[in-house]
Amino acid sequence: MDVTMTVNGVESTRDVEARTLLVHHLRENLDLRAANVGCDTSSCGACTVLLDGEAVKSCTVLAAQAAGSEVTTVEGLAAADGTMHPVQAAFRAEHGLQCGFCTPGMVMATVSLLRDNPSPTERQVREGLEGNLCRCTGYHNIVRAALAAAETQKPVSA
Amino acid sequence: MIPAGFDYVRAESAEHALALLAEHGDEAKLLAGGHSLLPLMKLRLAVPGVLVDIAHIDELRYIRVEGDEVAIGALTRDRELERSELLQSEVPLLAHVAAQVGDPQVRARGTLGGSLVHGDSASDLPTAVLALGGSLVIQGPAGTRTVAAGDFFQGFFTTAVGEDELLTEIRLPRTGGLGWAYEKFTRRANDWPIVSAAVVDGRVALANSGPTVLRAAATEAALASGASNADAAAVADEGTSPSADMHGGVEYRRHLTRTLVGRALDTASA
Ligand SMILES: Cc1cc2nc3c(=O)[nH]c(=O)nc-3n(C[C@H](O)[C@H](O)[C@H](O)COP(=O)(O)OP(=O)(O)OC[C@H]3O[C@@H](n4cnc5c(N)ncnc54)[C@H](O)[C@@H]3O)c2cc1C
Ligand code: FES
Ligand code: FES
Repeated sequence: MDVTMTVNGVESTRDVEARTLLVHHLRENLDLRAANVGCDTSSCGACTVLLDGEAVKSCTVLAAQAAGSEVTTVEGLAAADGTMHPVQAAFRAEHGLQCGFCTPGMVMATVSLLRDNPSPTERQVREGLEGNLCRCTGYHNIVRAALAAAETQKPVSA
Repeated sequence: MIPAGFDYVRAESAEHALALLAEHGDEAKLLAGGHSLLPLMKLRLAVPGVLVDIAHIDELRYIRVEGDEVAIGALTRDRELERSELLQSEVPLLAHVAAQVGDPQVRARGTLGGSLVHGDSASDLPTAVLALGGSLVIQGPAGTRTVAAGDFFQGFFTTAVGEDELLTEIRLPRTGGLGWAYEKFTRRANDWPIVSAAVVDGRVALANSGPTVLRAAATEAALASGASNADAAAVADEGTSPSADMHGGVEYRRHLTRTLVGRALDTASA
């Protein structure tokens, strides 16, 4: 079946099997490799992308379900001139990654969290990232990065 | 893990969904948020030939007051329940419980109707709906019928919704002024309850204490005859049939049930 969606601002149509999961569609058909498959059971969050602005686990969404929608992956976060998104910059500054496998999902979950709540408390950050596991267990710096990103984002949204 | 092959059809309306179910018979399955069905399909525990995607039927996404009830469209997502100011004031138990389901990504997809029809005894929203009483509106080839929450959950992953039917609406009494509580015990964040207890308006419902979510009948009877919270909680596991698993044995769960019901009763009556 033909599936059309807008990914990182670019519309694309591909002929996919109905059973194709969104994460495989992104990785294999559209060559976007940021969303990772970790657990494949919607537990780890490594495959998190934004679907119509909300963080979802793309290993538990069919590409067909996302037809007609807007999808954003880490590849679509930076500005056209390469300037990193505040969340990306904060993950770098606060060393919010170790092996980096969970990072794309963590970044997208953080973007979604800050969109809903621009000034979260540490507890709210931890709850907001509940669906993302880091196998390097680097949570401390990830939470710091999210809080730092909230700080840098503030003047922008004010 | 990739599901076995199937055909995908998007339903444009409730009538369209019912027509597709009628056309494809037991080959077809409805797909709402997909966060219970797709995991089963990946494990090949469910192998439908046709998926009827109902998630885009916007006419089944609403939360509104109707007389002394709040009516909620079956396709309303957990996220919408959790954030609804109307629910927070009129049926606060449901808004609170919705916020306890899984994690933010799961709540962005899961729907109230999907959780109820899936009928997992270990799930949060069915426990809340059972405690709230209320009724469920089911549409099928023969028309629309309304089932009381107490008759909806019929057995192990079995509800009153037939294979050719659609749950369209959940009607809950406005309980905003009453004491309520939800006590959920899990081993880690973003998980299903090992046991949970929902309390509101003299009703007590339990998750994961039998083949389906159930009412703590002995506790309710004790409360009705004027027993203290502690005495009512002491009989909370009567009539339950929890099973042992890696999270704990039967006695442990019974103890947990009594403990959680005690806490919930105290919170609800505080
Ligand atoms: C990682 C993870 C963690 C989770 N944690 C929890 C948790 O802590 N607590 C909890 O309670 N749940 C939890 N869940 C389950 C989650 O809440 C599901 O989304 C929900 O149970 C099912 O809703 P859905 O809309 O996704 O339904 P679907 O998966 O789309 O459908 C489920 C079933 O209901 C049927 N159906 C759906 N809608 C209708 C309708 N309107 N009429 C008739 N039939 C219908 C479908 O055909 C299917 O059989 C979790 C799920 C995941 C993946
Ligand atoms: S791969 Fe999707 S949640 Fe782990
Ligand atoms: S940095 Fe390695 S999994 Fe998180």
